[in-house]
Amino acid sequence: MGVTIAFWILAVVGVLAALGVVFLRNVFRAALSLILCFLMVAGLYITLSADFLAAVQILIYVGAISVLIILAIMMTREVQRGSPPNKLQIPAFIVALLFLEVLVLTLINTPWQIAGTPPVSPTTASLATKLFGEGGFILPVEIAAVLLLSAILGAIVLAREK
Amino acid sequence: MTLSLEHYLVLSAVMFSIGLYGALAKRNAVIILMCIELMLNAVNITLVAFSRYVVPALLTGQIFAIFVIVVAAAEVAVGLAIILAIYRGLEDIDVTKINLMKW
Repeated sequence: MGVTIAFWILAVVGVLAALGVVFLRNVFRAALSLILCFLMVAGLYITLSADFLAAVQILIYVGAISVLIILAIMMTREVQRGSPPNKLQIPAFIVALLFLEVLVLTLINTPWQIAGTPPVSPTTASLATKLFGEGGFILPVEIAAVLLLSAILGAIVLAREK
Repeated sequence: MTLSLEHYLVLSAVMFSIGLYGALAKRNAVIILMCIELMLNAVNITLVAFSRYVVPALLTGQIFAIFVIVVAAAEVAVGLAIILAIYRGLEDIDVTKINLMKW
């Protein structure tokens, strides 16, 4: 019962924060709204008993990515000018609405195969075994390391003063 | 009323559509990048929900979500660096005016 109440609070606040990202005029407030949305998603991970992912969400999204976004807003001085929509506002709204409708109809009418077993808890040890253990995901982990290194180098090269 | 898989799927569909609208209808490049982050978060909710309800013992969805987070972090770093480089050259990040490579 408590999880259900928590889910509804997190869901409503999360969707309202997501709407704030799109509809707030002030870019800085939109960024703060995005941070709130990230926090609500972390709470949703906890209701799904994904404790490690909730911690990762707070560390990476709330801690790192939001700082990067706010830094970019500050450096581009776009706060006063706001975030005006472009010419495609109404077609984009219709496309998003149609997409949502099709998606929700498909999701509700599909008979998902729900497993009755309780989830693993806590997940950190099992995730580590999956990622680094025998027959696990060790190759993607190495590729992710290379990807992050190249992204860091690319960001430095692109943002550096000539 | 207990929670089911559909609750999480519909919630993430709503968040994804909000992000889609923002990514299509905004002029500010930083806002577009923020909306893409929103869409990636919605996809992560879907992956974790499937992992919780369909294969609770395997955790595969959570591992996919970790890799999505890695790629999103790399994407936002490179994307914001590109935006800063464009701003330095054009003094503007309005995506409707960045049409130098359009013929």
